[in-house]
Amino acid sequence: MAYEGDDLLEEVTGKEYEFGFTTNIESDKAPPGLNEDIIRLISSKKNEPEWLLEWRLDAFAKWSEMQEPEWAHVNYEKPDFQSISYYSAPKKKPQLDSLDDLDPEMRATMDKLGISIEEQKRLSGVAVDFVMDSVSVATSFKKKLGELGIIFCSMSEAVQEHPELVKKYLGTVVPKQDNFYAALNSAVFTDGSFCYIPKGVRCPMELSTYFRINESGTGQFERTLVVADKGSYVSYLEGCTAPQRDENQLHAAVVELIALDEAEIKYSTVQNWYPGDKNGAGGVFNFVTKRGLCETRSKISWTQVETGSAVTWKYPSCILKGDHSIGEFYSVAVTNNYQQADTGTKMIHIGKNTNSTIISKGISAGKSQNSYRGLVSINASAKNARNFSQCDSLLMTDRCGAHTFPYIEVNNSSAKVEHEATTSKIGEDQIFYCLQRGLNEEQAISLIVNGYAKDVLNKLPMEFAVEAQKLLAISLEGSVG
Amino acid sequence: MKPLLSINNLQAEVEGHEILKGLNLTINPGEVHAIMGPNGSGKSTLASVLAGNEDYDVTGGSVDFDGIDLLDIDASERAKEGLFLAFQYPVEIPGVSNINFLRAALKEIHEHKEIDPLTAKEFLAKVKEKSALVELDGKLTNRSVNEGFSGGEKKRNEIFQMAMLEPKMAILDETDSGLDIDALRIVAQGVNAMRSPERSFLLITHYQRLLDYIVPDFVHVLYKGQIVKSGPKELALELEEKGYDWIKEEMAL
Repeated sequence: MAYEGDDLLEEVTGKEYEFGFTTNIESDKAPPGLNEDIIRLISSKKNEPEWLLEWRLDAFAKWSEMQEPEWAHVNYEKPDFQSISYYSAPKKKPQLDSLDDLDPEMRATMDKLGISIEEQKRLSGVAVDFVMDSVSVATSFKKKLGELGIIFCSMSEAVQEHPELVKKYLGTVVPKQDNFYAALNSAVFTDGSFCYIPKGVRCPMELSTYFRINESGTGQFERTLVVADKGSYVSYLEGCTAPQRDENQLHAAVVELIALDEAEIKYSTVQNWYPGDKNGAGGVFNFVTKRGLCETRSKISWTQVETGSAVTWKYPSCILKGDHSIGEFYSVAVTNNYQQADTGTKMIHIGKNTNSTIISKGISAGKSQNSYRGLVSINASAKNARNFSQCDSLLMTDRCGAHTFPYIEVNNSSAKVEHEATTSKIGEDQIFYCLQRGLNEEQAISLIVNGYAKDVLNKLPMEFAVEAQKLLAISLEGSVG
Repeated sequence: MKPLLSINNLQAEVEGHEILKGLNLTINPGEVHAIMGPNGSGKSTLASVLAGNEDYDVTGGSVDFDGIDLLDIDASERAKEGLFLAFQYPVEIPGVSNINFLRAALKEIHEHKEIDPLTAKEFLAKVKEKSALVELDGKLTNRSVNEGFSGGEKKRNEIFQMAMLEPKMAILDETDSGLDIDALRIVAQGVNAMRSPERSFLLITHYQRLLDYIVPDFVHVLYKGQIVKSGPKELALELEEKGYDWIKEEMAL
């Protein structure tokens, strides 16, 4: 048949990972291994208050008794947690007032990542926080946001400057013993972003964090906390890249969102960690816990475009605690070559008249495995709760897998829960139709896949939707077979 | 005159079955040719092979298209060189708007011809003009490609795309099938508006009815993978009246 054959599959890999460079920045790195002393070291390096050290030590004690979960539909060699370095920071002065003061090497890194800060500033006014090897190196636009009372800074800075807010909210949505990776993160997190939007304030620009793992043999354990106070609104975006390395790198992040009464948080992710090479060597293990808490009439919306990582284990969730609160999850997950993704969401309905929507679009290519795993839980208290779920899978080859594991628990008879699912293979007739109109095969695939994922891409902020579309096309080049 | 398309002894098979068995056909610029023939004679195979569908294997012969060895280039290149196929069964592409699809296609074709791309304003003016040719509703031009279109709308959309892309040569593969009289008239009106001294058409059809609206210069009968009879437009009327049996009998002699 027309688009089969190994030669085409060879071409798949023609497009290598674009962000696989390393940056020669001197770093201050802790010796490998994990014990109480390392945690004390991290805490003292960051000049943390005593309560936070205690919190970390408690998390470590709980983690030490936990087992790495095995229920996900993924297969990988478990990381040796004693061979990882848990603290690595660029040596040069990390705290800057403006990106203009940035180390030129670091600046070059950001340019390579396509973070044209200047342009973004000019065109869209995006405030960016850049986290490299777990340490936040620069936050732009701080002054402008400050005038509105918005706090947007690195987590370490928040611990110093706003300890009362951090103490009040940290670990309230993802408790430190929540799961194995969350407990690990709670013990050793080195930085991340913190954001607080005061009552009634509508954040006038997109807030954005770029994460990058640079050092070899380090893990990245960032912690993000977003608090939207009553009646406020914020749109937040994170992007991720890592250098190309033979070993597997570990990324175990925790993101907590808190939407107080009538607040709205829109959280978008474009995840492009290094996926490993075409034979499945190397790549990032992306084990992330993301969860949001919705109070009365509030709304949390997760949008994710996942194209990277060797193994992804991630379920951005919403706890719909307040009456009339809304949770949304829009996801496009692409796997190619030997990538494995087990991703989805949990919508926990507690309040009355709560409403959740799940749109998941999986795209599998090469020999990859792509699973949707989701839970819709309607508690007895959640009168008139509504859920709509749609889980579609698109197969690019006949050697990949798409799996759907939906769990639905309903404990209130007034609830309405709908679930739709489809699986399809990319049509050779669709590709031929596009070719006959003058498009080439890459353009045809890009067009068809972007059409398929449109319902999700439309949810991204405009400037990132364009980036996400390109990323989809790159991830799938020549992958039909 | 230099022919636009010249097919010499073309042989092709699909999944090991020989369908085209030495087909010859020459089309000059500006001419309209109709190919008729009984079911299974190879009409749609000819359209697919000319358009470059790789499900079909060309096993012999040659095709020259405006000085280019057509069989040497892929489907996308053929389209860019100005060969258009109106599909018998137009394909749906969910989530991709008709307009964006055409914008992307036109951009490629213009780039290939080294013509400056149209501005958004010019492009939209062209959409308006060409969609009017086939009375295609503005809503349809903005919807996903062929998704949820009726049979007639899909065929009209094919002619609309043809009008937008302005090919040198258009092959219409049973564009009249499944159309009511009104839709047939609209499709024909679109095609006739596109006729010019440079542009040629190859109409593949079962019915003489289409040829009442689009009057061909030549009619050919395809039978068992070869063109066995050619004539002026009156040949179509004769076929309508007498069927194909007399041709089969002539062949047997």
